[in-house]
Amino acid sequence: MIRRSLLKLANPQLLALVGVLLINWLLFPNFFRVTWQDGRFFGSLIDVLNRGAPVAILAVGMVGVIATKGVDLSVGAVMAVAGAVAATMVVAGYPAPIAVVAALVVGLLCGLWNGILVAVLDIQPIIATLVLMVAGRGIAQLITEGFIVTFNDPLLIYIGTGSFLGFPMAAVIALVLTIIVTLVVRRTAIGLFIEAVGVNRAAASLAGIRSRMLLLLVYSLSGLCAAIAGIIVAGDIRGADANNAGLWLELDAILAVVIGGTSLLGGRFSVPLAVVGALIIQAMNTGILVSGFPPEFNLIVKAGLIFIVLVIQSPLASRLAPPRLKPAAKVAAK
Amino acid sequence: MSIITKLAIAAGLATALSTAAFAQDLTGKVIGFSQIGSESGWRAAETSVTKQEAEARGVDLKFADAQQKQENQIKALRGFIAQGVDAILIAPVVATGWEDVLKEAQEAEIPVVLLDRGVDAPEDLYLTSVASDQVLEGRVAGEWLVNQVAGKDCNVVELQGTVGSSPAINRKQGFEEGIASAANIKITQSQTGDFTRSKGKEVMEAFLKSSNGGADICAVYAHNDDMAVGAIQAIKDAGLKPGTDILVVSIDAVPDIFTAIAAGEANATVELTPNMAGPAFDALAAYLADGTEPEKFIITESKLYTSADDPAGEYERRKGLGY
Repeated sequence: MIRRSLLKLANPQLLALVGVLLINWLLFPNFFRVTWQDGRFFGSLIDVLNRGAPVAILAVGMVGVIATKGVDLSVGAVMAVAGAVAATMVVAGYPAPIAVVAALVVGLLCGLWNGILVAVLDIQPIIATLVLMVAGRGIAQLITEGFIVTFNDPLLIYIGTGSFLGFPMAAVIALVLTIIVTLVVRRTAIGLFIEAVGVNRAAASLAGIRSRMLLLLVYSLSGLCAAIAGIIVAGDIRGADANNAGLWLELDAILAVVIGGTSLLGGRFSVPLAVVGALIIQAMNTGILVSGFPPEFNLIVKAGLIFIVLVIQSPLASRLAPPRLKPAAKVAAK
Repeated sequence: MSIITKLAIAAGLATALSTAAFAQDLTGKVIGFSQIGSESGWRAAETSVTKQEAEARGVDLKFADAQQKQENQIKALRGFIAQGVDAILIAPVVATGWEDVLKEAQEAEIPVVLLDRGVDAPEDLYLTSVASDQVLEGRVAGEWLVNQVAGKDCNVVELQGTVGSSPAINRKQGFEEGIASAANIKITQSQTGDFTRSKGKEVMEAFLKSSNGGADICAVYAHNDDMAVGAIQAIKDAGLKPGTDILVVSIDAVPDIFTAIAAGEANATVELTPNMAGPAFDALAAYLADGTEPEKFIITESKLYTSADDPAGEYERRKGLGY
């Protein structure tokens, strides 16, 4: 039993995360040093959790979409819209809880819009969500009228920069969301339905799965997650920056999901491993920042490391790996 | 009223007034202004300041927003030429592809002044260009720091702009020139914050961790104010006092940095003035009055602002400009 759970831990994603963290430690010996300061943990490792949280939250939403053989390119823009809604509402004098709920509802509606385009109008997901990716940022700019809308609302700032039991609020939100979504998809049949739709939507429909409803659900969840991430990012800088909030983060979220072992062709998926994927990406980003490389190398180093992670996960590598790491070994251990 | 009658009246007014007023006057002149668009707060501020300057001088400003497209700017310029304006101001969106339309303006004997950015075209095709000196901006920031620390050892961390962009390259070079004379000031870390608040904050957090919790950092130099605003928050989160424990100097002089300076959380900013049109109008007035050729490259002032320069007042003065 213990042996089985250890084997379960030894998957390529966690090994990659440990590997990246060790590289960071070699480049910057104080990387693992965490101190207690002003009622919160303080250190590079905490930065990885805090800064990785928005992409992790996006990845939680994205993984369901990708498992249905779709993709959601609009999450970065939806982040900007949600941040803009929350910021302009508190600046206009609405109470913060109402502003937060409004931003979440707007995110949910954005996701629902994507879902309708994909599930009802049968538009290919990459094109359907591209519409909102382009339009969303424009909508955010309209809401903020082109300014960075700054605010001093304590609740929004707490969501972005506060701490809970010493851990950054953003990371706590990401953790809670991951647990809830994982339980919902794995303790009910929803996860199986999502995989069935991703493998073959027609067959799933014939088998009695309401695939249209399911697609609306996963896209709405993705929009909601994007809104949560958008509120966090706005709270973090105490302002809604329509031009830059969430810019290119949809690509990081897709990458996190893929690093997490979910195929872009749909089917098998894992929510926790997508979150690990997001942490791998952020561990790399933070590592680059503390290592002192000149910024011209940032993208090359990142691309090189991601290449290595993807090679480790490739089917060829798993055939060459020692047998105890192979998924088949788990079956044998039963 | 047709455009031609309007123009005739405007021209008539101009002659009537120019005899009455002193020589260097643009009252009643029709000047076309082709703006790139409003991609940044600074750009929006440039547009509103240009309109203010035109109004103060009695200029009839024809404004055209190109929405980041060169073809729109070329169309706008051809429109101005067809209307027979007295002069044209243009903030070119890209550097290349202007020769034909500039020649058309030259043939119509309409002087063209470039604002803020240059073009790859023969210099005789335009009257002058008004722009800031980005290297100088960095140098002013560096020299301020040299004076401020007055010989004490100082480790500086730098938040660069977007890698490869000309403001990032020039402001980095200028700052290095500014501190070259002071052996006590060293840049210990330098990373890109992409000119944004959130990246500025994230990078500053990493710098603080790798500099002994910030104890080894004496100053932060940011290539724009937005990154400095992000860095200030990171410094506060680390339990230090920005502006006191770690000096903060940046460039642009947007309104929000004046709030920080007024609160003692930022120390200095170097202005990238949105008033490119003022010097342009002055040059045009002299040229249209008696053909005085201005300098080919007019450099705007890179003014330094600190807590001694009424930051609260500067904030009030700027906040309505569209930053």
